[in-house]
Amino acid sequence: MERAAVRRRLNWQLARVVEVVAETERTKSIALDPPDWPGHLAGQHVDVRLTAEDGYQAQRSYSIASAPGDEHLVLTVERLDDGEVSPYLTEELRPGDDLELRGPIGGYFVWRESLGGPILLVGGGSGVVPLRAMLRHHRAIASEVSARLVYSARTRDDLLYRAELGDYETTITLTRERPEHWDGRTGRVDSALLSETAWPPADRPLVYVCGPTGFVEAVAEALVALGHAANRIRTERFGPT
Amino acid sequence: MTPISRGFHGRRSETTEAERVPPGQYVTRDFPVLSAGPTPHNPIESWSFEIRGEIDEPRSWTWEQFIALPSERITVDIHCVTKWSKLDTSWTGVSLDTLLDGVDTSAEYVLAFSDGGYTTNLPLEDVSDGKGWVAYEFQGEPLDPEHGGPARLLVPHLYFWKSAKWVRGIELRQDDLPGFWENYGYHNYGDPWKEQRYAGD
Repeated sequence: MERAAVRRRLNWQLARVVEVVAETERTKSIALDPPDWPGHLAGQHVDVRLTAEDGYQAQRSYSIASAPGDEHLVLTVERLDDGEVSPYLTEELRPGDDLELRGPIGGYFVWRESLGGPILLVGGGSGVVPLRAMLRHHRAIASEVSARLVYSARTRDDLLYRAELGDYETTITLTRERPEHWDGRTGRVDSALLSETAWPPADRPLVYVCGPTGFVEAVAEALVALGHAANRIRTERFGPT
Repeated sequence: MTPISRGFHGRRSETTEAERVPPGQYVTRDFPVLSAGPTPHNPIESWSFEIRGEIDEPRSWTWEQFIALPSERITVDIHCVTKWSKLDTSWTGVSLDTLLDGVDTSAEYVLAFSDGGYTTNLPLEDVSDGKGWVAYEFQGEPLDPEHGGPARLLVPHLYFWKSAKWVRGIELRQDDLPGFWENYGYHNYGDPWKEQRYAGD
């Protein structure tokens, strides 16, 4: 088990919002300039804290969408209609605002080149966010490790990072839509799709699975049933909240 | 002085709940799942719970022996480091006091270990005197594998990663060996009321 690369007290800091980009109707990418950023590993997250005028505070965690070498720290946030923090981040926050955050956090659901591969990244919905950080990092360092992305979204309009998905070896599957002129897959990520896209278990691919609990459970169980070692499968799950 | 987030109003808990919710947490009615890897599914016949380490005679129970031990019904609030808290959760399990009854040990720490290789460390006193259980039922039903079944540690006064899922035993230790998340920058002790989420908090 590798040790965390960064070990120091994680202080709250105010990061200036540089840019807010709409990825989809419900999802925005927020580019930030934290004044004191120690660097991060692809796959880590930050804690965000909001404070109301009466001092009431709310905290949530968000995955980092940018690669360690990118110019800005980017969070991609999906609006949950009954959420407390995500509607603020996606609807209210704008360039010039300050956002309080601390991080980076987490050291297991990360990829760096010394971990090798091949790597299979399996994302469901906004679970693709930390995987995108890994892919951007992989490309930025011109890694020779083989990498594939399997990305499940409800509809074509729900796809994040559409402009850059073509840069990676990507298999997209849509679960709620079968559009005309669609040359990707449809249906859930199942055993058949995984046996096509994951390398044979004998190649010991390192697999990262991120998404809602049901998605992660199904994908991880299918991979184990195909013969992949449980200790080669790293998961990150989002609760329904 | 904490800066105000322009335009943020927030959604407060009811006041009766608010005093039960540690700083930085919010109340959820759901039961989110967080684990670092696949959910293990092993036959119950191969399950055992072990106490080893600084103990003259290591102890071990099979599943049948374990569920025949005196059990307790526990209703507690639980707090996950990822910010959710869940109030009034009810569990059935065996107290660590029962499992450690009569054990004479010089150990001051325990390292809980689980199927799948997960570990977490705690001071022995934090699982003693009615503060720690090995739970196998949730809300009166067998504990779901996603939530740590067949059995998980239950130490509700610390962040919930200390309540190791799929627990298979504890090692009694004289020294404090950081466990899985404790090695990845999470706090070594994890008191939610002091908001000890990460190393240095």
